[in-house]
Amino acid sequence: MAADNPQADTKSPAEILAERLGALAHRRFHAANGVARVARLTAGATQEIWRFDLTHEGGSDTPLILRRTPAGRMAAAASGAGGGGGGSSISLDVEAEVLRLAEGVHVPVPSVKYVLSPQDELGVGFIMEYVEGETLGGRIVRDARFEATRPKLARQCGEILARIHSISPGAAPKLRHQTPAELVAHWRAAYDNSNCPRPVFDLAFAWLQARLPPAREPTLVHGDFRNGNLMFRPGEGVVAVLDWELAHVGDPMEDLGWICVNPWRFGVVDKPVGGFGEREDLYAGYEAAGGEKVDRAHVRFWEVFGALRWGVMCAGMTAAFRMGDPSVERAVIARRASETEVDLMRMLAP
Amino acid sequence: MQDEPRPEEILAAVAAFLKGPAVRESGPHISFQLRVCANAVEIAQRCITLGPPAEAEELARLHALLLTDGDLPTLNRELAARIRDGRVTLETPGLKEHLWATTMAKLAVDQPNYSGYRAALAERAAGKEA
Repeated sequence: MAADNPQADTKSPAEILAERLGALAHRRFHAANGVARVARLTAGATQEIWRFDLTHEGGSDTPLILRRTPAGRMAAAASGAGGGGGGSSISLDVEAEVLRLAEGVHVPVPSVKYVLSPQDELGVGFIMEYVEGETLGGRIVRDARFEATRPKLARQCGEILARIHSISPGAAPKLRHQTPAELVAHWRAAYDNSNCPRPVFDLAFAWLQARLPPAREPTLVHGDFRNGNLMFRPGEGVVAVLDWELAHVGDPMEDLGWICVNPWRFGVVDKPVGGFGEREDLYAGYEAAGGEKVDRAHVRFWEVFGALRWGVMCAGMTAAFRMGDPSVERAVIARRASETEVDLMRMLAP
Repeated sequence: MQDEPRPEEILAAVAAFLKGPAVRESGPHISFQLRVCANAVEIAQRCITLGPPAEAEELARLHALLLTDGDLPTLNRELAARIRDGRVTLETPGLKEHLWATTMAKLAVDQPNYSGYRAALAERAAGKEA
């Protein structure tokens, strides 16, 4: 908590944050006179998400979301670097830029209302529109209220991805570009570091190495476009694409493969797109909205890559469990690495 | 010889307690963590009952496949290295069967309810019938 005001030690971090948000509202939001109902929604290792209402003279309130990395945690976030598609996150100010680019090509995203400046003393981050909807993947694939909407979701996802991929990488110069070969090498090094042999992973790396997609013009890639990071409403379908922190520049087919990886089907294995749709609908939406013609084998490469990446991440939890965070949850996630082994075997050696 | 009950019986009782009375009498955040704990205890319990026979079979398959002596970590490292440099591929007799058997044995311990594992069980049962 060294980042927060040391003189105000009688105030809680939440009170300090509410005060600073209130001052920011006066300075930066026209006709606003303060904030109310400031409440923390999630607590990540580096990031925080807060909900609050912007209050106005005359009584109307606007619900908003603050996403921030407190100043004291910036160094920790930066030291975890590796780069975009390599698996590490972009900073929140860069994420705000990417969100604005996405909004500019009509991707449904929460509108960015304000990017924090040092004067605000709130760390790095931004304030965005509060969007109502469902994000829990299990509910999307099972709840009766989504039954009528579900069949159109895969096509919608394809259309949205085509728009994301239409953004010129030149518009986002801070994003890192990684080729398929570099990404495979990155995750192979992470697997080697786990120091635990998993012959199925070696088989998958050999399979990927033999099928590296040819060099191509790179595009913006969302990096984590999957059921669980999308917000849905019955009837409308996708109302917001969230969690852009793995955005990078690379092969657009990476996004089409990742949404098909089995853990994101939430148990509905026979609906390959997010547990709610069919591949052909995803591809049709993609091509209809201006995306390039989809090469099925090329998407398959990224689906295998996605499963393997997820598996290496889970396996990496063992080191985190032993060295930094001996929580039961970490231990159990580490034991999910074998899930990806069965997914890989079903794809590579059926 | 150690006394009874056996460790797997003790762990089963711990898991049942965590999932039952402990979850019922706790708030939402702790009850989620208690379910995670119950899941972890059950993994350890299945490790004790299913682990040793599965690892004995895995070791026997690795000896046959690699024609080398060694313990499980050594032989798995050797197999990983041979797959990596292409000396062993899916065309190598016995590899596919070995990887499937090893993977299914891991899942039976780690995540027996995982959708991909359930699907693989059904597909492999159908394949044997056909």
